[in-house]
Amino acid sequence: MSEEEKKGGTLSLPEPSEKKPGGSLARRDLLKYSAAGLAGLVTLGKIDDLLAESYPTIGGSYHPDEHWWGFVVDLRKCIGCGACVRACKEENSVPDGFFRTWVERYTFLKDGRVLVDSPDGALEGFEPRADVKPEEVTKSFFVPKLCNHCEQSPCVQVCPVGASYQSPDGLVLIDKTHCIGCGYCVQACPYGCRYLNPVTGTADKCTMCYHRISKGLKTACVEACPHGARHYGDLKDPNSEVRRLLNTSRYGVLKPDLGTHPKCFYIGLDEEVV
Amino acid sequence: MLPVVPSVIGYVFPNELHVTWTVMIVLYPYITGLVAGAFIVSSLYHIFGRESLRPIARFALVSSLAFLLFAPLPLLLHLGRPERAFNILITPSKTSAMAGFGIIYLTYLVIVVIEVWLTLREDMVHLAESRTGFARLFYRTLTLFDTTIDEKTKAFDHKVAKFLAALGIPVACFLHGYVGFLFGSIKANPWWSTPLMFVIFLLSAIVSGIAVLVFLFYFVSWLRKVPIDRACVGTLASFLWGFMIVDVTLELLEVLSIAYQQTREWEPLQFLILHKLFFTYVVVQLLLCSLVPFLFLAFNAIAKPREKLSNVLVFSSAVLLLVQVISMRWNVVIGGQLLSKSFRGYTTYVPGLWNKEGLVVAAVVFIVPFILLRFVDGVISLFPADTPLGAWWARRAAGKTPAVPAPFGT
Repeated sequence: MSEEEKKGGTLSLPEPSEKKPGGSLARRDLLKYSAAGLAGLVTLGKIDDLLAESYPTIGGSYHPDEHWWGFVVDLRKCIGCGACVRACKEENSVPDGFFRTWVERYTFLKDGRVLVDSPDGALEGFEPRADVKPEEVTKSFFVPKLCNHCEQSPCVQVCPVGASYQSPDGLVLIDKTHCIGCGYCVQACPYGCRYLNPVTGTADKCTMCYHRISKGLKTACVEACPHGARHYGDLKDPNSEVRRLLNTSRYGVLKPDLGTHPKCFYIGLDEEVV
Repeated sequence: MLPVVPSVIGYVFPNELHVTWTVMIVLYPYITGLVAGAFIVSSLYHIFGRESLRPIARFALVSSLAFLLFAPLPLLLHLGRPERAFNILITPSKTSAMAGFGIIYLTYLVIVVIEVWLTLREDMVHLAESRTGFARLFYRTLTLFDTTIDEKTKAFDHKVAKFLAALGIPVACFLHGYVGFLFGSIKANPWWSTPLMFVIFLLSAIVSGIAVLVFLFYFVSWLRKVPIDRACVGTLASFLWGFMIVDVTLELLEVLSIAYQQTREWEPLQFLILHKLFFTYVVVQLLLCSLVPFLFLAFNAIAKPREKLSNVLVFSSAVLLLVQVISMRWNVVIGGQLLSKSFRGYTTYVPGLWNKEGLVVAAVVFIVPFILLRFVDGVISLFPADTPLGAWWARRAAGKTPAVPAPFGT
């Protein structure tokens, strides 16, 4: 369907193919086809309206196809406080033991070892590591993790019923009224971002707080971050903050070799982070 | 001695502490493997003309159907929303490998049901004619009230059954190969992601299918105190030996190629094999249940031992290979989830006992097809009348009713 057809209803109806053996259309048939055609035009007009309004419009101002959401984490700024994890859990009713976002701590030792931990997803932040003496450490940093909202999502690819999908604004979402809870997407996500929600029996993950950003609000984790480490924004908008950060910083994505094309970008990413 | 492994080693992504695919997903490919394997055995007679397999061909076909009927049960028990299971048929996603399940399963089910019906039709008609009252009605219903049996109908039934058997081979291969593909296509998981997975699943399916038939053939013969059909068992043992060699070779090749390439994934996989899966993979799958039956079957094929020893060797090989295949399923399904996608840690899975996806329910799901087989055997003979087991059935039927059923076809 062309753009013009989508907007205005200049749809041409197919020609009626069934003709009387005699050749020309009988008058009654002509009337019938005209009535059907008229009804069809009206119906198509309605469907067209419905299509135009099928995207969520918040107060008529939010149009998903005008956006392409992305996320930027500035790893140089994260202090591992876990405020984002707590805010996410509260905002999205994340069940205990599961995480839509979590924070990892990387600890590099002089002997070459790299230790990683994330006690309870950093829900309560971090205590100093008891098993490591400070003088053994060469460097350490925190890495917040969340759904990468991949452009080529393996989770969307494998979902057998189409309950996992990519929205027109670039987010990977789950229709939890349609998901059968098979867990194939959980296996397919290379980043461990999905889980089967024990309360709903369906797959669950970060939605980039779709219910908030579509109203112009910040995501819960971005709102809660006290150090400006987390940024979400519209990659289509050349003046957005995420575009500015990506244009002015060196960044990386997780597991780029898998071809998933994540839309969560990390500034200051270390090669040890997977 | 191996170090004691704690429940979590290293760093595991927090959502990976819970193993998503449980023992039910171990059982599902195991049962579909038995389906495919049993069907292949019946086809070895029906299509490839292995005359020595005639005594078991029909039993193999009905076994395949019995397993097939219960194959989706572990999946239903696993689903978070089982009431939506039909979404997979109503709204299949064209990009999902799993979405093909409904179509492949139903296609295969239709083929096997019709083939079984055609194969048993002659016997059903004879039974209907030799019985009275409710039994007669029962058998007449089974024949779908078409009791005509003559040379023409026999030829037609045989022709259609043969066509379905031929069609069923690729569909059976697809049904099970596709299960392997489900795992092999997950690029996120280095323990699964190999094109060999498809072939390994298929071959192990055939191994398990032959093994379960050998097991049942011996079991039923011993139970009914009839002599073992040596020619039939000998052929089954040869096929079992051949298929298990190719299967285990491929299983080893898969690991050896990753090991030799020394890729980034090898280090965590090596730990997985040598620690987390040491008992179930190295000890059970490879040493006890691959090497031992290989030696037994090789000895049986080459040295031609006397009958009693041969029976022990073949029977125990079948049992060991049944364990080999289920341990292979366990090592793939569970093993793949023990290694974190962070490649830095390992979790542990201990199945529950009484819960929906626990061991007791799994055992019940596994046993139900065997009970169904026993029930079907009570209704109609699953072995040809001119074989010891078929004759036993006819004698029993004769003892129950005054009229002896007419000779059974094959």
